[in-house]
Amino acid sequence: METSPPLLICEHCDTVYRRRELGCGEVARCVRCAAVLDRYHRLGPGAMFALVVTAMVVFIQANIWPIVTLGFNGQLISTTLWGMIVMMWHQDAQVVAVLTAATLFFFPMCKMMLLGWVLFFARNGKRAPGFRWAMVTLYRVGPWTMSEVFVLGALVAIVKAHTYFDVIPDPGIFAYGALTLLITIFAGIDTRRLWDATEEQSA
Amino acid sequence: MSDVLPRASELGVIGCHVCGLVCKDIGVDGAHCPRCHSALHYRKAASYSRTWALLIAAFVLYIPANVLPIMRTVSLGDVDDNTILSGVVELWVKGSPDLAIIVFTASIMVPMLKFFALVTLLWSSHRSSTWARQQRSKLYRLVELIGYWSMLDVFVVALLTALVQFGLLSRVEPLPGVIFFGLTVVLTMFASMSFDPRLIWDGRESDDR
Ligand SMILES: [Zn+2]
Repeated sequence: METSPPLLICEHCDTVYRRRELGCGEVARCVRCAAVLDRYHRLGPGAMFALVVTAMVVFIQANIWPIVTLGFNGQLISTTLWGMIVMMWHQDAQVVAVLTAATLFFFPMCKMMLLGWVLFFARNGKRAPGFRWAMVTLYRVGPWTMSEVFVLGALVAIVKAHTYFDVIPDPGIFAYGALTLLITIFAGIDTRRLWDATEEQSA
Repeated sequence: MSDVLPRASELGVIGCHVCGLVCKDIGVDGAHCPRCHSALHYRKAASYSRTWALLIAAFVLYIPANVLPIMRTVSLGDVDDNTILSGVVELWVKGSPDLAIIVFTASIMVPMLKFFALVTLLWSSHRSSTWARQQRSKLYRLVELIGYWSMLDVFVVALLTALVQFGLLSRVEPLPGVIFFGLTVVLTMFASMSFDPRLIWDGRESDDR
């Protein structure tokens, strides 16, 4: 009781609760503000690590393969994510180029690499070197990854282009679709519990 | 019933924003979480003024974002400039009403909802209003959840610009409106992050029940 009372504070309204183990499929909600306090996690660090590695492989493919090809008058044009970013830069929309690069490439990449790193060690209940820095960075980067928005955007762009051009979807768009699915699974996971799941080494 | 639930500020403990650790308040300014070393505050620093400032800045940029065209289509010398709203209308007319509704929601409804919701939250919390607190909490979480979907149109313009480059026959160029729009989305995201939802529940304790 002296060192760390098993308490839990609702982030959304500051109500203090006593922490308890949740049963399978259980979700604890705040009585005051109805926010989710804690949920039962089916996936252990090992399974989460496997998911992150899968997401990383899919992410690399989503970024190197072309997304869509347009055909017009016998001429074909395709683009990758980076083709899009470079084009926006050269068309005097550098702000958009930077936003796109950050939210679709750098932040998602950073998120997956840090998660992978932390989870690799967490599988054995250990804290990775630089654990604290990695966790704080993950917290900051969290809201700025937008791959799933891009998938919907690509769909809208395809429908718009379809009126005037021949549209051929490329593997990149399917990789993005798969990535969105993986991200959705991750969205329900609270990485904060890694603080409790791992123990600090004396160093 | 809710007035029997203790709050962290009453118990003299602080929940770390970053790692969630429950820390005892030692009454020192600039205290740090022993686990993740992030700064500890009862409430996010200068939440009201920061959120107001970001929200006003976002609103100022939101006007050119809607008035200025975001995208130009050139085909055989024929120039057609699109604003956010005309893009939605075009989708609707060209036979994709479902996508038109999605784009309308992401690009027009969501930013409007964010402005409206954050102003309501700032104003009511500042007055320590006890009106519909749980609903206001839910409203804040909704804003956080859907806010970034507004970036949709920015990605549409970027992808079309990269694809439609058939020289004189057909070409798409981004126009300044899309830059203003992208910045509006970023600023509203910062604004909702700097608002502290716990302020909704702070206030005159005598009014609590
Ligand atoms: Zn709560």
